[in-house]
Amino acid sequence: MAFTQRHLLGLEGLSAADITAVLDTAASFKEINERDIKKVPTLRGKTVINLFYESSTRTRTSFEIAAKRLSADTINVSASGSSVSKGETLADTARNLEAMRPDAIVVRHGSSGACNFLARHVTCPIINAGDGCHEHPTQALLDCLTIKEHRGEIAGLTVAIVGDLLHSRVGRSNVHALRALGAKVRLVGPPTLLPQEFAGLGVELHTRLADGVRDADVVMMLRIQRERQGRNYFPSVDEYAHYYCLTEDVVRLAKPQVIILHPGPLNRGLEISSAVADGPYSVIMNQVTNGLAVRMAVLYMLVARSKSVDVGETEALSEPARGRSGARA
Amino acid sequence: MTTNGARQVMDGQAIARALVRIAHEIIEKNKGAKELALVGIRSRGVHIAQRLRRTLQEIEGGAMVPFGVVDITLYRDDLDRGLQNPEVQGTEIPFGVEGRRILLVDDVLFTGRTIRAAMDALVDFGRPQSVQLAVLVDRGHRELPIRADYVGKNLPTHLTERVSVRLAEADGVDEVVIES
Repeated sequence: MAFTQRHLLGLEGLSAADITAVLDTAASFKEINERDIKKVPTLRGKTVINLFYESSTRTRTSFEIAAKRLSADTINVSASGSSVSKGETLADTARNLEAMRPDAIVVRHGSSGACNFLARHVTCPIINAGDGCHEHPTQALLDCLTIKEHRGEIAGLTVAIVGDLLHSRVGRSNVHALRALGAKVRLVGPPTLLPQEFAGLGVELHTRLADGVRDADVVMMLRIQRERQGRNYFPSVDEYAHYYCLTEDVVRLAKPQVIILHPGPLNRGLEISSAVADGPYSVIMNQVTNGLAVRMAVLYMLVARSKSVDVGETEALSEPARGRSGARA
Repeated sequence: MTTNGARQVMDGQAIARALVRIAHEIIEKNKGAKELALVGIRSRGVHIAQRLRRTLQEIEGGAMVPFGVVDITLYRDDLDRGLQNPEVQGTEIPFGVEGRRILLVDDVLFTGRTIRAAMDALVDFGRPQSVQLAVLVDRGHRELPIRADYVGKNLPTHLTERVSVRLAEADGVDEVVIES
């Protein structure tokens, strides 16, 4: 199954075939992470730059390990301590980095659309590791892989995504991915954090946690992003926790085989209770494990074949002759 | 038989006979199948390996021969030559490679690059005592110093010709054809 993109900027508009191609490839990569020697030579000689303008533990570590397990060289650049702190623009930073001929740049940025902007200024693949409130595609892909592993096919499942939908790039990417794969999506949160335009994406909107979680196959909790909240969207964290914290009592409203996801980092006691986060329905650590496989898959699909192309070259890539007997050397 | 520029060089019976002969050669050379483990190279090498394994076990009175699958995709040396990456299907080696006699199995031996990649993949799992190679067809045109220990059929070919092994498990029919 072919992956037809040259960058991974978001999941909006991606076909089910593209998403499934990444998930299937990621599933195949999981075995590598169980070996004694967790390394394959696939990206030997390739260079991946991790350009992180925001704090990150899981995502940056995951991308770095993923690249290293594929034998790529990795360079980590953070905004603090780089020329960005001297006033260099994003485009200039990208151009300067590209002048060093990397084979991909993984970008996390506080501004929505930063990755799309960069993709117009560089020729190597750009992989979005989270841009503002826009998208976080690899997080949604790993969520989908985790759901698939635990519940089989995603089509037909009811997935409740709960929390700060207004600011959540994870939520947005998941809506696009889950809808593309045929899931029924419910978005749950206080009215101030639940943009009405989501209704146009074919999802249900709920302001009561119980209504959103009832009979759900999957409950995905989102982090309250205080760093992105310019003003108060709810009276107090205690009040938010009172109405929207996922507790064992609320989980009982979902289907008996429900799985609970959270992208991390957890605000224990605010959006999810410790009993649920560490309980039998939680697949949060599986998400982290799957994140590594998904990022390996994305790097493989974008970097292994990468050649510099002119900016603006068509995204569509042709299917090569697959290796039937004598054709494959 | 020639149809539409495709010439059949082995039918189902010929393939079956070749695999039985190879199985006997394997047992003779290894003095049984006790220390052997079979590893099929995706995709059609897996089906050939499964057939060989069944035959080996029959000859050896039901003794279990460990079986694995290797996907060479991540070890290929031509990944950055194409615009699209080959599909990764995964490697499954559910036994310890360390100290074993490994029999790699593929359908066609051509340039040798696939076998080189398969050996690289294999040694990532441990240090086998030895690695042997069995192929249904050797079509020549080697680009690396690699040869098969067991060959079903040596098939002189022109470089521009295409050898297709079709197996019932994947294609619904057992045959080897050369396409011009």
